[in-house]
Amino acid sequence: MTGLALELCGVSLAGPVLNASGTFDAIAARRAFGAALVERFPFDAFVTKTVTLAPRQGNPPPRLWETAAGMLNSIGLPNKGLDGFLAHDLPQLADLRVPLVVSVMGFDHVELAALVEGIGARPEVAMIELNVSCPNVETGTIVGADPGETAAALDHVRPLTDKPLVVKLTPNAIEPAAVAAAAQDAGADGISLINTLKGMALHPRTGEPWLGGKTGGMSGPAVRAVALEQVARVAERVELPVIGMGGICSGCDAADFLAAGATAVAVGTESFRDPASGRRISEELAALAAGGRLKPLAARDTSL
Amino acid sequence: MTGADAERQTLAPPERRVAEVKAVRRLGAYDVITARDPVGPRNPRPGQFYMLAAGDRWGGGASERPFLPRAFSYATARPHPDGGAMLEFVLEDVGPGTHRLGELEAGDALMLLGPLGLGFGPAAPGTVPLLVGGGIGVAPLLCLSEELEGAARVILGFRSAAHARGAELFDGDVTVVTDDGSVGARGLVTGPLREQLDSDSAATVYACGPPAMLEAVRALCAERDVACQLALEAGMACGYGACFGCVVATAAGLQRVCVDGPVFAGSALERVR
Repeated sequence: MTGLALELCGVSLAGPVLNASGTFDAIAARRAFGAALVERFPFDAFVTKTVTLAPRQGNPPPRLWETAAGMLNSIGLPNKGLDGFLAHDLPQLADLRVPLVVSVMGFDHVELAALVEGIGARPEVAMIELNVSCPNVETGTIVGADPGETAAALDHVRPLTDKPLVVKLTPNAIEPAAVAAAAQDAGADGISLINTLKGMALHPRTGEPWLGGKTGGMSGPAVRAVALEQVARVAERVELPVIGMGGICSGCDAADFLAAGATAVAVGTESFRDPASGRRISEELAALAAGGRLKPLAARDTSL
Repeated sequence: MTGADAERQTLAPPERRVAEVKAVRRLGAYDVITARDPVGPRNPRPGQFYMLAAGDRWGGGASERPFLPRAFSYATARPHPDGGAMLEFVLEDVGPGTHRLGELEAGDALMLLGPLGLGFGPAAPGTVPLLVGGGIGVAPLLCLSEELEGAARVILGFRSAAHARGAELFDGDVTVVTDDGSVGARGLVTGPLREQLDSDSAATVYACGPPAMLEAVRALCAERDVACQLALEAGMACGYGACFGCVVATAAGLQRVCVDGPVFAGSALERVR
């Protein structure tokens, strides 16, 4: 209990620190750490790894590259698919003592509808996050890079569930705030950002792409300044609650995102260094709040 | 967790903790770090590993690397009278992470998460354990050989005489080969392994080493229908199943080395690369 309890898209949370999708596997973590992991769960809500309609193996290894103050990953969304998720993962995740947010990605509107309907029908699920960092299979455009594509996706699934829908923006867009505004107009309940920045590494000897997926997503403290700017811009543009993330390693980092206009924050890469990072960051944030040392919400400035 | 997995795993506390470096000694090409883990379990399973990072100058410096922790099998673990355990890790300076860890001195902080993963399982009934290690891969075989109390035959392969000093960690009779013939016979571990299996094929092979060695051991054991357990190494960001970065191709598809291994049955692996 941090004294920072809040309502996020109508869901009560004991505090504002979530995990970023795809950076914490609560089921695997329970295998490694046992019941202690559930008793001292590091986050105030749990966001699943992205679920797709069909099962996916993910990208061939190697999948990781360490950068200065960060990393590249090319994981490729391995998951059991919707049926496998509902049958195997969801019952285990329902044991967690925090609200459950399920991240989904559809490769077309039919897939997305099946995911939102199937997951939205489950009472264990508090919220759905739409991962829009996927290409439209017909146009090749990344859905989340385009306000019109994002709005069209939401138009399609908004009527299918009463659950809050959070749109996870990609930073690889010309104007993420315009995408956020389009999502708001199309009925989204919240916005989360940033996803990873596109990046690349070459094999030190051969000069070929190092990652099995050729390119990857960059994360960690190296991207924090970029994330903070994008969060500030989006929070400026929309009324919806914003979940800010990107390289958050400390309570001070989290406080910056809150001051930039985020309602909640998420921890990603820092959890790789320590599974208890989320809890530590919550405690640091609570100490800042108790000491009156949270920065005021930055003055809204349209020239930003 | 299945019963068979439970036998191969000691659970880790769910957070990173600070261990105190007690000693770092040079052993040929290797550094051996001894650290006091104040609150971790006293009885990790041979084959399990820890994620290590230096307490200072990790994520800083000119290149801002290392940033992520590094995975190391523990080489020995002794219960400490005041709780926790004394742990030994063997490492070789091959990059910014191992370089920084090798610079540690007595009294320094070592950040540590573990023990993680599934360690070695029991030998197949009626077989003699046969331990095969290559280079830095000898580390998890050291605690396994201690647990087996000398009942195992040990074959170790190294690149050079400086690396072959790693064999000094083992008590008793150890067969050593080197790539350059500077210590023991010149050649690969599969030479003496083949001879052993020729004379007695009722063996369970436990192996850890570079991918090419593991693949040769896997193929030889498959050909002779000998059970083998291979401890794999893979670059990983987290060590506990979160990042999905360390996958390896198995008969059951791509699996995570950190939580589904690092020890895999040779029969479960298609080919070690």
